[in-house]
Formats: sequence, structure tokens, C-alpha cells
Amino acid sequence: MNIINFTPLSAFIGGTVIGLAVVLFYMGNGRLAGISGILKNFIYSNDKKFDNLLFLVGLILGPLFYSFFSKSEIPFSITINIPTLIIGGLLVGVGTSISNGCTSGHGICGISRFSPRSILATIVFVVIAIITVTIVGRFF
Amino acid sequence: MTKIISLLSGIIFGIGLSISSMVNPEKVLGFLNLFGYWDPSLVFVMAGGILMTAPFIFFFKKKPLFADNFVIPQIKIVDTKLIVGSTLFGIGWGLVGLCPGPAIASLVFLNFYSIVFVASMMIGIFVSKFYRN
Repeated sequence: MNIINFTPLSAFIGGTVIGLAVVLFYMGNGRLAGISGILKNFIYSNDKKFDNLLFLVGLILGPLFYSFFSKSEIPFSITINIPTLIIGGLLVGVGTSISNGCTSGHGICGISRFSPRSILATIVFVVIAIITVTIVGRFF
Repeated sequence: MTKIISLLSGIIFGIGLSISSMVNPEKVLGFLNLFGYWDPSLVFVMAGGILMTAPFIFFFKKKPLFADNFVIPQIKIVDTKLIVGSTLFGIGWGLVGLCPGPAIASLVFLNFYSIVFVASMMIGIFVSKFYRN
């Protein structure tokens, strides 16, 4: 194992800010800020549709605020072929929908409320993702 | 008021993803590449998020400020849906390096790849309706 590009401070501060958003949404609106859940509810449910839309719009605007105040560019780099991109997107959509959560829903919200389901889900998707990256890196 | 809170929460969430560079798939794939060149940063993002959130959820249970009650998942059992879903999500996450939060936030770059990814993800959510245990 070789460690590279490790940025513990910005990672921890960024994580704390994400936590702040989760706390605000929880204390204010009584809801958990799991992004896949908010997106799924926005698509399917008419309940709180505008709330969900505003959250998603805010999420897209967030990086703009960051760029503006920090006066720095946000790195975004993706190298992948289109079929793999589409398959990946489909799997993320189907998977988070039937397991009711993603990195934020199970990972941050679920673990924060000590939900055994979420802790297990997080272990499963992290381990599977690491296996996927390892296989793709070795054989393709 | 819940509308303002929703928008504000979304913005702060997006700022957090930007500070931690989690909107960048390359950064996330660096974390998942445990057996190659590993970037442990994502562990610190999760730790920061959980340490901030857990005390509030633990101690603040009576009533939200602007809603009638808390909406918390009540399912307790571990079923095949949870395992199958998490497995499929893990494969997709490992293939691309994007999960729902960063994928939606990255739409701000108007990047072709993130638009295609989010569209596929929404089709995936739609298709999941036909999944039965």
C-alpha cells in the first residue's frame, strides 16, 4: 500500500460542513439528508416536492459559493468510457433506491444514529466498491 | 421556512463536498484504490460528518423547529434488498467514482459526463420500482 494525495485537514473540515448541513436539515425540517432518498422522493412523491427540489438546487449551487468565496477552482476529473458511465449510473440509481440509502443516507446519517442496517450497508458498498476498483485496475 | 432550510442545507452540503474535493471522482477512486495508490481522505470526510451529526441526532429528539415531527426510517431488519442494493451501488460507485450527492453537485460544471451519469441514475431509480424480493 502506498499513500498519495492525502488531504486529511480539508477532508475533515469538508466532512464537518456536510455534517452541519445534515444537522440543519434534521433540526429544522426533521428529515435526514440522504441524497438518494431526497432524489427518489422528488421523482416519486408529491409530498414536500418543492422542499426536495430546493435541496437539490442548493446542492448544485454549493460548489459555486465555494468557488466564489475561496477564489479557487474545484478539481473535477473523470476518465471513463460512455457505456461504463451509463452502467455505473444505472447501478448507483437501482442500488441506492432498493437499499434506501447511499454514502450520505446510510454512511453519514445512518451511522450517526447508530442504525445497524446502515452500518452494514456502508460496509457492504465500500467493500464492494474497493473490490470493483481493484478488479478494474488489474484486468482492464 | 422549511423551504429556506432545504435550500440552505443543500448549499452547505454542496460546499462541504467542494471543500473535501468529494465532487471529484478521481479523488473518490483514490480512496477506493486501497490496494494500489491509496488516498485515505474519504475516511476523514466521513469522520467529520458523523462526529458533527451524531450528538445532535442523539440529544435532539423532541420536535423539529419547523416541522411537526421527525421522519426517521423505522425498518430494523436486514433483508436481501439492503444487501443486494448496497452491492449494486458499490459496483456502480467503484466503476465511476460518483455517488448521488457528488453526482448531483457536479452538475454545476455542466460536464457532459456528469449529466449522462445523473440521467442514468434517475433511470435506475425509476427501474428499481420493478424490483421484487
